[in-house]
Amino acid sequence: MMNISTSPRQRRLVIIGLSGAALCLAVWLVTSALRDNIVLFFTPSELTAEHMGAKRLRIGGLVETGSIIISGTNAHFVITDETDTINVSYEGALPDLFRDGQGVITEGRFESDIFIADTVLAKHDENYMPREIADSLKKQGVWQGDKTQ
Amino acid sequence: MIAFAEIGHLALFIALICSLCQAFLPVFPALGKTSYASCIAISRLLQLLATLLVFISFSALIYGFIVSDFSMSLVATYSHSAKPLLYKISGAWGNHEGSLLLWIVILVLFGGIFAVTSTTLPSRFSSLTLSIQASISASFLAFSLFTSSPFERLTVTPLDGRGLNPVLQDIGLALHPPMLYLGYVGLSLAFSMAVAGLIEGKITQQWGQWIRPWALSAWCALTLGIALGSWWAYYELGWGGWWFWDPVENASLMPWLAATALIHSTLVVEKRGQLKSWTILLAILAFSLSLVGTFIVRSGLLTSVHSFASDPSRGVFILCILLLATGLPLLLFAWRGPSLSTKSDAGIISRDTALIVNNIILVMATTIVLIGTFYPLGLEMVTGQRITVGPPYFEASFNPVIAIGLIGMAIAPVTMWKNGLLSHAGASMMVAGGGACLAIAIGGWAGVIENAASIAAIALLGWLGFGVLADMQKRLKFHQLTSIITRANKIDGAIWGLWLGHLGMAIFMLGAIGDGLGRQEQTIRAHPGDVIMVADKQYRFIEMQQNQGPNYTTRTALLGLEDEDGNLLGYMRPETRFYPAERQTTTEAAIRPRLSGDDYAVLADGNDEIGYSLRLYHKPFVSWIWGGAIIMAIGGLIALIMRRPIITATQTS
Repeated sequence: MMNISTSPRQRRLVIIGLSGAALCLAVWLVTSALRDNIVLFFTPSELTAEHMGAKRLRIGGLVETGSIIISGTNAHFVITDETDTINVSYEGALPDLFRDGQGVITEGRFESDIFIADTVLAKHDENYMPREIADSLKKQGVWQGDKTQ
Repeated sequence: MIAFAEIGHLALFIALICSLCQAFLPVFPALGKTSYASCIAISRLLQLLATLLVFISFSALIYGFIVSDFSMSLVATYSHSAKPLLYKISGAWGNHEGSLLLWIVILVLFGGIFAVTSTTLPSRFSSLTLSIQASISASFLAFSLFTSSPFERLTVTPLDGRGLNPVLQDIGLALHPPMLYLGYVGLSLAFSMAVAGLIEGKITQQWGQWIRPWALSAWCALTLGIALGSWWAYYELGWGGWWFWDPVENASLMPWLAATALIHSTLVVEKRGQLKSWTILLAILAFSLSLVGTFIVRSGLLTSVHSFASDPSRGVFILCILLLATGLPLLLFAWRGPSLSTKSDAGIISRDTALIVNNIILVMATTIVLIGTFYPLGLEMVTGQRITVGPPYFEASFNPVIAIGLIGMAIAPVTMWKNGLLSHAGASMMVAGGGACLAIAIGGWAGVIENAASIAAIALLGWLGFGVLADMQKRLKFHQLTSIITRANKIDGAIWGLWLGHLGMAIFMLGAIGDGLGRQEQTIRAHPGDVIMVADKQYRFIEMQQNQGPNYTTRTALLGLEDEDGNLLGYMRPETRFYPAERQTTTEAAIRPRLSGDDYAVLADGNDEIGYSLRLYHKPFVSWIWGGAIIMAIGGLIALIMRRPIITATQTS
């Protein structure tokens, strides 16, 4: 039906143009998506007031022994890295291995001093320690466990 | 007792020697010492010998797991006498050392198949291909033997093993690694043939014909492997999701995207003799991305829900293989590639151009996933700041690019090779546009339209689905049922592959969109006797039970699923399992799968006093996600089997 005759040169220009446009689009998408969507990770002692204003954060540490209060689907607990603590409130079902002393990562945002988490991650493995937490606890000499399975 | 572990180890070692010899063999004819015809004969023999030896070695490992020989370090660490037989066997590749051996098994298997089937190819080209394939095998054999031998013995034999991670004791995950590896490693042959072509400095249209079956079979296996992994994550992890943009998932998606580009570009080489140097580059990149995938999973560099134990020295070894396997061919490509480019005689609107656009989009998508996966690592190395790049990044960057690709997926098939559009292009586009409008109307009626993105997704679904159907209707004429078989027989396998591949994509989208926009969920703390409403069904919490499994105990919630009027539809038994040998707990979701959507229940923490935490979902059309993937793979398979070796430069379909 359509039969547009074009020289190879014109076609090459179109393809180069398309590739250039694709590259620009990709760069723009990646940079804007990275700017808006990365989530910073902290342990309680690394956290500063400035970070607490962020749209989304990840906070990791150990669940402080005796701090878990459950009412209905809401769980309230304290995350510690043995230096500082953060109060966390979480609405939803807790992972299997969520318990006193367990290493967990929570994701959410601050409302005044309380961290409102919408995600709590704790691995299935009892010996598992999230790498970020293991690193920071090792740094402080609190925990020397070895992660190898 | 037979020293089968030592036999396995020895076999692996001899296989390494065979592969090394085979890798260096083409040096002799190249120096004029002998002919390629005699070189290929010896190469074939060495390849088949290596294949046999690696199979012996792998059988020895499996045997060790079946008989639970706990004097073997690997068996003692990852198996347990009380484990069901299937998981004893799959335990052989449920760990680093064993899965590496499985990787090698598939590598030499493909090499062996090539050795047997390549008799019609020129002997120089086959010798070079087998030589490169053997150097990959040799690298991995050395990796296995020197850093992670699966056959190490313990000085003291323990009474029982430590057991396999219970999450891995599952049929989906028993099959997932072999299938995924078939895909990863299948790309190795496309890679070897690309490098062989580069060394020869001559790429013909036939080369496109030779490489295409390998690219297609790898793509099919990769599609099924990823689908299996996603299905496993869906029912086993108990999070209700099917894709998490986790580094390990991304690691399998990147080679898939590259392989998808490759199967499209090899078509252009085969039919039109164009895009040769680009196709070579893609073949190299696709296999490199497979190696990246292996590297990510094996090194433990990126934290993930799926990764096994990590060991930095192993990561370094794979990184070296990766750098060599990517670096050398790319240097060769920089030197030889430009001389391979051919002048194109195609017009702007042509299938040639459409397939170039396809490739640009798939490479963009691959890059976006690559950046999202490695950015956190790079940033942490540079600034020490730890970050997560989660689903929102991928939704904001990957999805728009794929959306452009989806528009093209309905247009490209109605273009002609070389120049112009097929005669029914206008009609097909009208139908596709009508399909988009219809889909939006249905979406609006179902009340799932929330924002611009949801409108776009639904419109694309209708556009693609109806676009493909219109093209099929035009050529098959469904309304003349009596003669449909005759017409169907005349259609080339590549066209069937196109239809099923693209239709599979539309079906996959139906599942993804149905679940993404229509999902309903409820998290609640409940006591036996409570009734919970989800969507238009209700769950009656009947009681808590304790059960005994083969190597675990359970805590099970018995739920009666009822319709609005209280008629019982079936029982759901979500449970948590405790594995005493491994001292681990897993969640087993209860799923009631239906084509119209799944009901999905998860039991979380709780006790009689405070009640039990339940997560209940209704997920419309979710099964279509994996159904779509299977249809895509069938499409690939048909394109593979029903190949017609006709090559004419001006073919129009």
